[in-house]
Amino acid sequence: MIERIGRAAVDVIKAVGRFGQFVRDAARALADVAVWGRLTLVQMRRVGVDSLPVALFIAAFTGVVLALQASYTFTGTVPLYFVGTLVGKTMMLELGPVLVSLALAGRVGASMAAELGTMTVTEQVDALETLAYDPQSFLVLPRVIAGTAMFPVVVALAILTGIVTGWLASLALLDLSTQEFIKGLKLFYRFKDTWFGLFKSASFGATITLVGCVVGLGTRGGAEGVGKSTMRSVVYSAVLLLLLDAFWALVLLR
Amino acid sequence: MIRFHDLHKAFDGKQVLAGLTLDVRDGETMVIIGYSGTGKSVALKHVVGLLQPDDGEVIVDDRAVSLLERAALTALRREIGFVFQFAALFDSMTVFDNVALGLRRRDLSDDEIADRVHEALALVDLTGTDEKLPAELSGGMRKRVGIARAIALQPRYILYDEPTTGLDPVTSAVIDQLMVRAREHLGVTGLVVTHDMRTAYTVGDRVAMLYEGKIRQVGSVAEIQETEDPVVRQFIEGRPS
Repeated sequence: MIERIGRAAVDVIKAVGRFGQFVRDAARALADVAVWGRLTLVQMRRVGVDSLPVALFIAAFTGVVLALQASYTFTGTVPLYFVGTLVGKTMMLELGPVLVSLALAGRVGASMAAELGTMTVTEQVDALETLAYDPQSFLVLPRVIAGTAMFPVVVALAILTGIVTGWLASLALLDLSTQEFIKGLKLFYRFKDTWFGLFKSASFGATITLVGCVVGLGTRGGAEGVGKSTMRSVVYSAVLLLLLDAFWALVLLR
Repeated sequence: MIRFHDLHKAFDGKQVLAGLTLDVRDGETMVIIGYSGTGKSVALKHVVGLLQPDDGEVIVDDRAVSLLERAALTALRREIGFVFQFAALFDSMTVFDNVALGLRRRDLSDDEIADRVHEALALVDLTGTDEKLPAELSGGMRKRVGIARAIALQPRYILYDEPTTGLDPVTSAVIDQLMVRAREHLGVTGLVVTHDMRTAYTVGDRVAMLYEGKIRQVGSVAEIQETEDPVVRQFIEGRPS
């Protein structure tokens, strides 16, 4: 038992060490801007533009549900214009960044882990190195930079979509006017609501893409190894994302 | 010159290389033969620093590979073409881009890169395949693109990892001819890892047999063919026991 705990502890320390080395190598590769600069634009389209349908779909329904649940909760006790407050605040501070990022951990992070995992087991990563490319600048940096830059953009559009569908649901299904919804939306609004959600999204984007790259490039074995890496990247990303969410709330909202 | 000096490497406690020592002379094609899983590819990957030795060293032109800093290792890799066992082409890139990728790391204009790519593709009889994706190619064609990618770099050394594995005999013979042609055309030093004796006899100036992590015998093709070493004899004749 003690031996098993000891081994597990050593494995964790080794994993942390490998991760630190990975991040250090990625930071060193920043100097190779000629390589990662061009490739980052391609990844920005894949991470950002291609993720929009999923993100907006989730946000649209979240906005509607938030409006309906707020109305259900407030009935008879709280003025109904607070529906706008709840939809706005919740979308900006929590549900927009977290729900969309969790969905993108599956779409973006898993696809990166699978792609890089396949490249690893088929020796494409080795081939890159023999062609004098650093995999960090060719594969990792474009993905991580694109994730960090594009997650806030996707989340911003998702937040906007959620608020708009919440407003439309309030007009169509609740006894609420546009003026009342906007009154509620403005109530308690602080600029921090906006930047907090977007900053958080950027950190989620960096985490999800970094995990996808680390797990993908660490793939061993054949198709089974790629499958395991894909699953691991989603699980690790989701766990880290929720931990990070709690961390930012503790650090920035208290 | 490539020198393997007392190279040791183990994976998960299993000793794969146990004191490999071998010299590959400038201008020759050395073939390393041996049973599957005896560390032939492992030895090859040490030459370009894809693996680090547990002990011993690979020395390329007086440079100890495992001691090179990143920039020096990159410079060394620019002198070496590597043909992978399953070609290791980049799935998302066309044939042209696969062959051009290494050239884009050099100080060449787009026209020069295009010329070098087309010249390399012509050398492997793949003219006109520029826009094809690897998925649209047969196994033999993929290997030929892999060879074109290596020779386009005009390297001093070319390393071939099991170049004919998984190919039919006719396609294997074509690949053998391409390796000979590449050597004649570029005058490169070659290091070929294979368990295909026809390839070894066709392309090799010298042949070395790797057995239990060490070189069992090294000699010219004729010397290997006439060897009295029972282990080498059994291997080259393909006898079960």
